[in-house]
Amino acid sequence: MATKSMVAAGERARAAGGPITKRRRRMNGDMVIAFFVLLPSILAVAIFIYTAIGWTFYISTVKWNSQIIDYTFVGLRNWSRLFSDNRFYADLRNLVYYAIGFMSQCIIFGFIIASLLDQKIKGEILFRTIVILPFAVSGIVTGVAWRWLMQPTTGINLLFAKIGLENFQPVWISHPDYGMWAVTIATSWQFTGYVMALYLAGLRGIPQELREAASIDGAGTYATYRYIIIPLLMPVTFTAIVLTGMNSIRVFDVLASMSGSGPAFATDTLAFFMYQSTFGAYRYSLGATIGAFMILLSAFLIVPYLRSMRDEVER
Amino acid sequence: MTLQRIWTRGAIYLVLAAFCAFYLMPFYVMVITSLKPYTDVNVTRMWELPKGIYFEGIIQAWTTVAPNFWNSIVITVPAVLISSLMGSVNGYIFAKWRFRGADTLFILFLVGMFLPYQGILIPLVLTLQAFGLYGKVIGLIMVHCIFGIPITALLFRSYYTGIPNELLDAAKIDGCGFFGIYRYILLPISMPAFAVVLLWQFTSIWNDYLIGLVVLGNPRLAPINVAVVNIAGSWTVEWNVQMAAALIAAMPTILVYLLLGKLFMRGLLAGSLKG
Amino acid sequence: MKSLNRREFMKFAALGTSAAALAACAMPTTAPGAAPAAGSTAASGGATAGGGQLEIFSWWTSGGEVEALNALYEIYSAQFPDVEIVNAALTGGAGQGGNMKALLETRMQGGQPPDSFQVHLGRELIDSHVVPGRMEDLSFLYEEEGLNDVFPKDLIAIASYDGKPYSVPVNIHRSNVLWYRPSKLEAAGVAAVPTTWDEFFEAAEALKAADIPALAVAENEPNFSGHVFENILITQLDQAGYLGLFDGTTSWEDERVTRSLEILNQAYDYANQDYLSTSWGDINDRFVADDGPAMMIMGDWTHGVLLSKAFSDYRWAPAPDTAGMFMVLSDSFGLPKNAPDRDNAVNFLRVCGSREGQDAFNPIKGSIPARTDPDLSKYDEYLLSAMEDFKSNTLLPSIQHGAAVKQSFVLDYAIAINNLATNRDVAAAQAMLVQAAGDAEFGA
Repeated sequence: MATKSMVAAGERARAAGGPITKRRRRMNGDMVIAFFVLLPSILAVAIFIYTAIGWTFYISTVKWNSQIIDYTFVGLRNWSRLFSDNRFYADLRNLVYYAIGFMSQCIIFGFIIASLLDQKIKGEILFRTIVILPFAVSGIVTGVAWRWLMQPTTGINLLFAKIGLENFQPVWISHPDYGMWAVTIATSWQFTGYVMALYLAGLRGIPQELREAASIDGAGTYATYRYIIIPLLMPVTFTAIVLTGMNSIRVFDVLASMSGSGPAFATDTLAFFMYQSTFGAYRYSLGATIGAFMILLSAFLIVPYLRSMRDEVER
Repeated sequence: MTLQRIWTRGAIYLVLAAFCAFYLMPFYVMVITSLKPYTDVNVTRMWELPKGIYFEGIIQAWTTVAPNFWNSIVITVPAVLISSLMGSVNGYIFAKWRFRGADTLFILFLVGMFLPYQGILIPLVLTLQAFGLYGKVIGLIMVHCIFGIPITALLFRSYYTGIPNELLDAAKIDGCGFFGIYRYILLPISMPAFAVVLLWQFTSIWNDYLIGLVVLGNPRLAPINVAVVNIAGSWTVEWNVQMAAALIAAMPTILVYLLLGKLFMRGLLAGSLKG
Repeated sequence: MKSLNRREFMKFAALGTSAAALAACAMPTTAPGAAPAAGSTAASGGATAGGGQLEIFSWWTSGGEVEALNALYEIYSAQFPDVEIVNAALTGGAGQGGNMKALLETRMQGGQPPDSFQVHLGRELIDSHVVPGRMEDLSFLYEEEGLNDVFPKDLIAIASYDGKPYSVPVNIHRSNVLWYRPSKLEAAGVAAVPTTWDEFFEAAEALKAADIPALAVAENEPNFSGHVFENILITQLDQAGYLGLFDGTTSWEDERVTRSLEILNQAYDYANQDYLSTSWGDINDRFVADDGPAMMIMGDWTHGVLLSKAFSDYRWAPAPDTAGMFMVLSDSFGLPKNAPDRDNAVNFLRVCGSREGQDAFNPIKGSIPARTDPDLSKYDEYLLSAMEDFKSNTLLPSIQHGAAVKQSFVLDYAIAINNLATNRDVAAAQAMLVQAAGDAEFGA
């Protein structure tokens, strides 16, 4: 796209009879500047993040599973051990539950609330601040507060009982099979406000003229949203998906303080499994294997998505 | 028409109010627990209002977390500002200056974002030691900036992608180069983007627990969340102090939100998007 | 409008860069505003003239625990006023895999150990730090301070590896205690506190009829039931059999282990309804609540916790069938190699092992001293009775609290018992225990 407009500018310049050569040279020169401005970040990411990734993959292939450092190469033994562990499969299942629950709640509610707030509401600042307030609270505190709320007899269930819903007393996070869904309520409570903020910024950026044009053309609210606003907000949705997806794979603090791994791994995650293996059981290689798996999983899920989104997002 | 409008407006407010109740519910529990004396605090009575206002929880919480509070300020403010600025420039580059391989580079950046940081604690420490930055506040600020590179670049890039290239072309014709475009065209209209990025960075750095702890190597120097978590004992927790500390820790972030709120109000400049 | 934006932004940028410059130019590791005693270098050794530093890692962060630790520090400072004590306390040390242990590990791996750190006496210390060669042998200290005469032989055996002790125990906690509420037992018509598991189940039936949960359990995350289980194991295995579990001579497939699992499984029928949702930190709230359970098998730190809640409707007895046995766990401090202030650390260990130190620490902590010659006037009713038992009972090392086995096994063990609590499948839980024993390479 940049190339197209540059060419167009060039055409215009040629038509106007101006000096093309100097300008294009400066544009190439600017590309070089751009690269060099980016270079420190590239180096920093390479040194701090990619060496750590490399270290993780390396350690997953050695025999370091106790306090005694042991770099004996054992190939994929740690990996086969991981894939034969029940806890690993419970974690994968939990990841799917969590990702679906968390991402959908954040994006859907975030969008709905932002759309409502965009309607020239009196007291918008108040509503906005309240919705984003949970984001200010750290993951650990979120976990603690929601653990209290999800106590089967005294938390939210107590409120349900008071309004007459005594029979609706779910076990929330301690349910051995569905505890993870309850966890997503707590984490999306914390995160939706931010997604709302993203959508609000995006909505504010949509020029009023577009909406007016749509309504002049006879489009109702639903059609305006469907054909104009939502497509225009694709970059925001894309960002929201990446952020919530990232959160789903890495979530740790909230879970650790809310339910730990839960009864029979009901709310266990790969991140927690890795942390416990490394610092609880001192099985460094196993921990590194889990970490390496998480990175691979992220790469396999994200890269194709990024590629396809990239085209979608460019206009 | 008017009646329908009243119903719609009414429904909107109702829905918003319901959401707000949901988002405020845990805060209610946290606040009333903070105001109870320790002997009254009990998870089985979490909804009950305190019998009076007791400040012991809040006072004890503040004295416990105060030193770490200042630690956090020193760590967070520079890290947030620097990383946001870096993100803005990097996002600008990725959005508008697509040199060969830039897109692949961007994907590599993003994959780095998915790194579970609990897993890289040990190599992180080793790398920092190699640079002589282990145990130092400046090292921690740097680590936060580096970990923030991918996400800030992502947020700014998606914002800048929405800015039409015609604007930049106009500037180029006027004689602007790389820095000129940034300074005169993009930066002035970046406020909403800065709002979301500052929000994100401030929250993640201020709420960080493990990285600050491990990089500094000493709980005394660690950020505020460490002090908040430390209030829990091994066998039992003083909940009133714990909740009070959690609220204290959340205060600065809430303040930042209120301040940034103004930036949300600025849409893009009226004239710049026409045509 | 536009220029205002830029001006505001420039203000922020200026503020930010000056703040960063301030942080960089100021003492690299001091936090401004921190009290003078607090901020100092952690990475480099003590550089202040005179006494140097003493950096102690522990997980005693609040309540009676930190007060007890401070009492030790006071005694130390009285003797060594020039030394600056850096109390690096962090939660997440009890049990397995918490933040304190993670931080300690990164420090040790990074070659910068603290001067000393709290660790459970026994295999937790030995497998985690002694075997990898990170700790100094403390035989010299034991001889100089006469600790060999003052600590019970069984305790020194737990503290030792290859015949040499590697840490100084500060306190002793007992794991096999049954806490009960007399009022609840009365209400159900139970005449006396149960002393055997058969009596326990009879009482449990009576309590069930009166709609009172018999046993408090908090198994939202692993560990609590692991604690209860070890106190059942010792009722089915004799001392040799129990100890044999950790060196390969007793198999975890043994039918006595099965029987123990069955007893625990049966006990869950009488536990508080929400035991899978209750967390260890909340169990005491449950216990003191009006509709709380009648009994709880938990270590004797419970005593201090219940007191702090101004609760007095409770008494204690040995866990069913464990009279005459003392399941021991102990907090101790060792000496890492290359401790930055070795002399200060050694002196701290002396204070930890001294009569004065232990008598200052333990009454506040709610535990009994490891020494056999304490000043009895400082201890309350429960602690005095515990000390009597400590002297006369058979001492057995706790699994759950790192005395008997290495930490990785404790983790697997706790998970296996948590599995029993959730799925109520004895065979499956036992299979997990056997697998865990295999991983731990007992007797290898």
